[in-house]
Amino acid sequence: MISMNKTIAEKILARASGKKVVSPNEIVMARVDVAMSHENADVVLRSFKEIGVKKVWDKERIVILFDHRIPADSERTAATHRRLRTFAKEQQIKYFYDLRQGICHQVLAELGHDLPGEVLVGTDSHTTTHGAFGTFATGIGATEMAGVWATGELWLRVPESIKINVDGKFKPCVTAKDLILHIIGILGADGANYQAVEFHGETISHMTIASRMVLSNLPMEMGAKVAFVPPDEQTIAYLKKRTDKHFQVILPDQDVEYSGELNINVSSLTSQVACPHSVDNVKPVSEITGLKIDQALIGSCTNGRLEDLAAAAEILEGKTVHPDTRLLVIPASRRVYLEALHKGYIEIFVRAGGLVLNPGCGPCLGAHQGLLAPEEICLATTNRNFKGRMGSPEAFVYLASPGTVAASALKGEITEPC
Amino acid sequence: MLIKGHVYKFGNNINTDVIYPGKYLSITADREEMAKHCFEAVHPEFLKNANPGDIIVGGKNFGCGSSREQAATCLKYFGVRAVVAETFARIFYRNAINLGLPVIIAPGITQQVEHNDDIEIDLLIGIIKNMRTNEIIKAKKLPDFILKIVTNNGLIPYLKKKLGILGN
Repeated sequence: MISMNKTIAEKILARASGKKVVSPNEIVMARVDVAMSHENADVVLRSFKEIGVKKVWDKERIVILFDHRIPADSERTAATHRRLRTFAKEQQIKYFYDLRQGICHQVLAELGHDLPGEVLVGTDSHTTTHGAFGTFATGIGATEMAGVWATGELWLRVPESIKINVDGKFKPCVTAKDLILHIIGILGADGANYQAVEFHGETISHMTIASRMVLSNLPMEMGAKVAFVPPDEQTIAYLKKRTDKHFQVILPDQDVEYSGELNINVSSLTSQVACPHSVDNVKPVSEITGLKIDQALIGSCTNGRLEDLAAAAEILEGKTVHPDTRLLVIPASRRVYLEALHKGYIEIFVRAGGLVLNPGCGPCLGAHQGLLAPEEICLATTNRNFKGRMGSPEAFVYLASPGTVAASALKGEITEPC
Repeated sequence: MLIKGHVYKFGNNINTDVIYPGKYLSITADREEMAKHCFEAVHPEFLKNANPGDIIVGGKNFGCGSSREQAATCLKYFGVRAVVAETFARIFYRNAINLGLPVIIAPGITQQVEHNDDIEIDLLIGIIKNMRTNEIIKAKKLPDFILKIVTNNGLIPYLKKKLGILGN
């Protein structure tokens, strides 16, 4: 029997596909509300031209910006940027942000593109981030994005949903990053494969929007298709400041049968670190304290927001980074950068001996800006520690919270943030 | 639709950074060039030992990580005929289908097939035959809608037909 109690994912996909109800495992054609791409819009463009449609389906629903390799790391990227600028002009793409705004997963939230109940697809795996606003947001490939540009819709399999209940109060210096790493450690790299994740519980209710975005950003690393934080008053207040578009909050029904449930109390949770070379290889920081690091990196779509920079600045203020360690700080967006300047964080980083780079993805994906030599060790607030991800395949990447990375940069070795 | 080929075998959690290194993401159009970098950084032996026409057999969560379509494109243009795995990560799975690279979920495949075996995949029925052992391995049959995209050689030809756009 088909259950009439529905999850957020089922309700949004029913609406987007024009059906009364949909159930897990069904394949639907969903109308897309927002279609986002970064530099790989160049890959999309090639496929779009091959389809042979002259005009995009809706110039006001496509967002294109550059964040992966800005400013251009090579002539080749410069040519990509140039081609896309021309395309955006020709097609009169309303929301083309060039390289001015920062990382897509921060910028779209800041500029009011993430709306509850809508379907947002992005040619980037961490598109799950936008689920922090109750948006059905998922990563797709370039060719299917070309299909979206042409037709405004794409096929989606309705996912089963996992409910994660989080209660309790964090210890000092323990953050959403530690929580989500802990969860990925429990469920594993494919523990939520093809599934939707819903975060519930009092800890989530008390969490800032920025922290909720950390929670929605990383479930991709356990295979999730979407990761929702059900919208509440805080969400609505955040959105009202950024958009006057109408939206409808969609919440799960009571008594939904989830495909899995996980209950976590964070009261005893300590700082966590994901060790090489997989994000589910998670240990308490205390187990690897003392490991020397060559590079400390604070930034990315996971942890480059103002509260992340604030946590790092508090630890680094008036101190100097260890002489054998280099510190890179990358604000997630232009807006975050400006606020961090205004609050004096940037000066703290520079005085501590850090390099502050322009908003963007930086070295996270191994394209440029701070790659690693063989045998080097980097402790980063980013989202992946795969072999070869950030430069040499002989290097090692560890993932942790901004506080852990900042404290470790001072000591030159992995250490607890407080 | 029968697909025959020589097996090139990998383990679990083969991610898209491993399949296609991030430093080559600036290659956006030249698919033959993408094919020159398959597994280059972490498994450079692939480019030496694999041959066009091979079938990749992977473990759990094949293609996890980044959404980079180049990971599926480079395999297709290298000449990989199909990828069979215990399970796939969702975006790689979608990308492969949309590019017309057959991807088949076959639980237990890594136990029943060895590196360098020859296998035969019946895509329509959803079975795989190991030519060395003559064992038949049950795979998950692709849903009809997805099968239609794969057998049309990907989403673009499929959409062209659907939208009534002719020619190449």
